[in-house]
Parts: sequence; structure tokens; C-alpha cells
Amino acid sequence: MFPTPIEKTSRSWQLTYQTLLPLALIMWLLPLIAVAIFSIKPLSDFSQGNYWGLPSTFEGFNNYGKVFFESNMPRYMWNSVMITVPTVIGAVALSCLTGFALGVYKFKGNLLIFFMFVAGNFVPFQILMVSVRDLTVNMGLYDTKLGLVLFHIAFQTGFCTLFMRNFIRALPFELIEAARVEGVAEWRIFWFVVIPLMKPALAALAVLIFTFIWNDYFWAVVLTQGPGAQPVTAGITSFNSQYVAQYHLMSAGSIVAALPPVAMFFMMQKHFIAGLTLGAVK
Amino acid sequence: MAHATAHKRGWYKRNEIAITPWLFLLPAVLFFSVYVIIPIAQSFWISFHEWDGLGEKVWVGTDNYERLLTNDRKFGVSFWNNIRWLVLYLLAIPAGLFIALFLNQTVRGIRLYKSLFFFPFVISQVVVGLVFSWFYLPREGLLNAILTFFGLDTINVLGDPSMATYGIIAAGLWPQTAYCMILYLTGLNAVDPEQVEAARLDGAKGWKMLWYVILPQLRPATFIAFVVTIIGALRSFDLISVMTNGGPFGSTRVLSFYMFEESLSEFGFRMGYGAAIAVVLFLIMLLFIAYFLYSMWQDEKGGR
Repeated sequence: MFPTPIEKTSRSWQLTYQTLLPLALIMWLLPLIAVAIFSIKPLSDFSQGNYWGLPSTFEGFNNYGKVFFESNMPRYMWNSVMITVPTVIGAVALSCLTGFALGVYKFKGNLLIFFMFVAGNFVPFQILMVSVRDLTVNMGLYDTKLGLVLFHIAFQTGFCTLFMRNFIRALPFELIEAARVEGVAEWRIFWFVVIPLMKPALAALAVLIFTFIWNDYFWAVVLTQGPGAQPVTAGITSFNSQYVAQYHLMSAGSIVAALPPVAMFFMMQKHFIAGLTLGAVK
Repeated sequence: MAHATAHKRGWYKRNEIAITPWLFLLPAVLFFSVYVIIPIAQSFWISFHEWDGLGEKVWVGTDNYERLLTNDRKFGVSFWNNIRWLVLYLLAIPAGLFIALFLNQTVRGIRLYKSLFFFPFVISQVVVGLVFSWFYLPREGLLNAILTFFGLDTINVLGDPSMATYGIIAAGLWPQTAYCMILYLTGLNAVDPEQVEAARLDGAKGWKMLWYVILPQLRPATFIAFVVTIIGALRSFDLISVMTNGGPFGSTRVLSFYMFEESLSEFGFRMGYGAAIAVVLFLIMLLFIAYFLYSMWQDEKGGR
């Protein structure tokens, strides 16, 4: 193990390490801690210049209550859910198919199609922006959740294919060959042999895509406007213009907007990390 | 009729292994072409036109590009900011490695520490941007509170054209470092303990050990860290949009933001010009994409 395990080092370094650890963490999360403190302060603290002292009264319930009951936040959150969940399902489903096709079969153009997906996943969004917006407007899907979902599914399929294909390649190929010898149809091999083995990959991709899509801002701005379809990342800016300079409410709003992926991460940590490393670093 | 279906099934059965992959690929390839591949080609096409997004496109040849490269100061600023982003963003890699080495221990509660260090990456860039713009606030911000505490002068990071871009990059480094950290933590898990022990017996330690024994084994992690950091740097948009909206005096624009501004903001709908900017950004990215694909291809040749 590198660096040298702490229990094999001198007593003084052990103590230093143990105190350094929480200190470093506080430093690291300082901007976030500041926002969390902002979000439970009363307005009067800001007008009196008490920015960094303790809150004079605890107003957490009030502030968060305002976010939930007196603003468009719940609608934006709901939009985000209705954009994120279908995208996750769609992109994961499509990439199961492509991953299987590209991971199991040898055919001309296999690698070419695979690289097309990989390269497409890396392009800057701006090269797609004008055309995708035009296409969405022409289909009558501008400012709808469906318009966003369709684009997200298509684009995320690139990344998901990279992930799924590599995962399927690492499965023992003998299983598929054995099934073929038995005369099992190819789609049944996919459904009954490969899919059950892909559960960890499915979970990893699902949490990862959930986070990506929930946090998307660019496409939300390009393809939607107003509380009818906008997800929370775009909604938070209108929320902030509603409460200009009311830092206690803006902070509470941001925390609410950031929470779902955070919750997802803490619940599915192992899968999440497996996904982030693209399965390449085991 | 019965004969026909039997014949059909027979033909499918005989060619099953050749046809199945194409059937499986069909929906995704269609989708991906419509939303990704064709739009790239269209953007190239649009970039040779003048177009407001609604009326007729007017062919202008390479006018847009000539204007970009010869007399557009905003483009120059954006381009050099992109270079700053690229170079400074790479700091996330050593910083992530450093934190990963710091946290690669087995003390009580270390798992929670690791997750909390990783935390910034899970938050949306919009919220990171907001959090940092409040952190930088000239009067209310925590940064100036700390500077005052140490007896230093206060600064207005996002209001000063010479500092604003660096302030935003610092905000971007926060989640990106977390990402690189997690890549390296996973990589460190896979480091061969026998090699480390053997090197230790040979008297290697500290920097030497890190450089000659550990880093070579972390190569896959480093590669992915490079890929995601470079892509992240060139994609920077959310932070700029949220923190400064390109200001002050346009000093924080990057190509992705400038493109958006030209084609979809109150400054007008100059889609042709915007597309030309997007093409330039795309070509820069293409250099890196080509390199990534080349390394992946090298790996593939070694595989089955």
C-alpha cells in the first residue's frame, strides 16, 4: 500500500494525520458550509452585516418553507424528475442493445461504429446547438420536456455505449458460446444470459446518467424557457431573480436544487464510482 | 403463406449471427445520427451562411471565418481564455492525486471522508457557480472575510477583468479535482502491493517510490483524468454563464459561451457566425478526440 499505512508510522505523525483530516475537510467544503449557514439565517442578519457570525435565530424551516411553498421551485424540481427519469431509462435501454451488438459480434464496421459513439460523446455541445434547436422547434417540441428528453437520450447513448460495450467485453465469452451450441436464439441469449450479468453496469450507468442529466444547464437553456418545462438548474436562475440579494432564500433554493443527485450518490456510492472510472480502472 | 413464413424464418435463422447486431444497433444509430452526427455536418454548412434562424440562409462563403480570424477582438479574448482554461484545469490532475494519496489510508471513518471530499463533483455546476460567486462577494463574501482576518486587502474577484477568469477556473477546479481524486483513489486500490513491498526493500521511498513504482501503475487512471479534464475545460459554459455572464467587459468569455451569445441571446440571432465559432471549437476538440481514439485503438489491437 502506498503511501505507508498510518499505523506503521510514528505516533506523532499519526496524531497529526488524525487532526489534519477533519481540518482539511472543513477547508475543502468551506464554500458549501458557508452556503448552508446562509440558508438558515434570518434576513435581518444580512441587513445588520452579520454575514459570518452565528445565525441570530434559526430560520431554517421558514426559509426552506418559502422555497417549497411560495416559489416555482417544486415545479422546476418536478420538471427535472420528468426529464431525468425517462432519459435514464431510454439511454440505458438503447445502450444495452448497442453494447451487446458491439461487444459480442465480430463484423465489418464494428470498431468504426463504436468510435462514432465515443467521438460523438466528446464533441462540444455548441456544434450541435443550432441544428438541434432548429430540429426541436420544427417538431413542435421546443419548450417541452419531451424535446429535452429525446435529445438527452440520443446524446447520452454515446457515453452509455462506451461503458456497456466495455463491460460486456469483459464478461466470459464462453457463456455465450455455450448458449449458442445449445441452439438458443440470439435475442434470448441477450435477454436471459447477458442482461442478468449486466446488473452492476446498469446500476452504475443509471446513477451516473441521473446525475449528468439532473445537472445539465446548457440544453435546458437552449431548448426550454419558463416554468412549464424548465428543469431546476435553469429554474434556479429565475428563482434568484425573484429573490434578488436575499441570500438566505437563494442559498436554501440552491441546496434544494443540488440535493437529489447528492442523495443518489450517497445511496449508490459504489455503483457511482464504478461508473465514473468508465470501468477502465478496476 | 405458411411456406413463405417458413422460408423467411429459415433465411433469418441461417443469417442470425450476421443480422442480429445490426437489428440491435438500428434504434441507437438512428437516434444518434439524427441528434449528433447530422447536426455536426449541418453546423459546418450553416457556418458558410448568414442566417437569423428563421428566414432564408444567405451564402457568404468563408466570410464568417475571415471575420473571426482577422477582426474580432471578442473571438481573440475567448480563444485565449480557452487556452487558460485548458492549461490551468490540468492542475486538477496533480491536485486530485495529492488528495488521493492523503486519503489512501485505513483509519476510522475514512470512507465517509472520501465521499465528502468527492461531494463537490455531484453538485451541478450551476450551484457550484452560485456558491463560489457568493464566496467571492466583495462585501458579504467569505473570501474577503478571511483576507481581512489575516490583515490583507479585500479583492473583488469577479468584478476585476484581470482576475475574473481565474476566479471562475478556481471554481471549476473544485469539482474537477474531486473527480480526479476519485479516479486515483480507485487506481491506488489496484496498485500491486508486492511491487510496493519489493521496492521498499530496495530502499525506494517517498518521491522516488511515487514516480518510479506507483505512477506507472496509475497510468489508466491518469489517462482518464486527462480525457475528462480536457473535455471539461473546453466545455466550460455553466460556470461562466452563472458567475459573470461573460463580464466584466467581456473578459471571461470562452468560445462555447461566445458562440451561445452570438446565436441565441439578446445580442441577436447570428446563427451563421455562431456556427463558425462552434466549428473552430469543434476542430480544437477534434485534435484531442483523435488522440483519445488513437490510444483506444492501440489498446483494442492488443485485445481479442
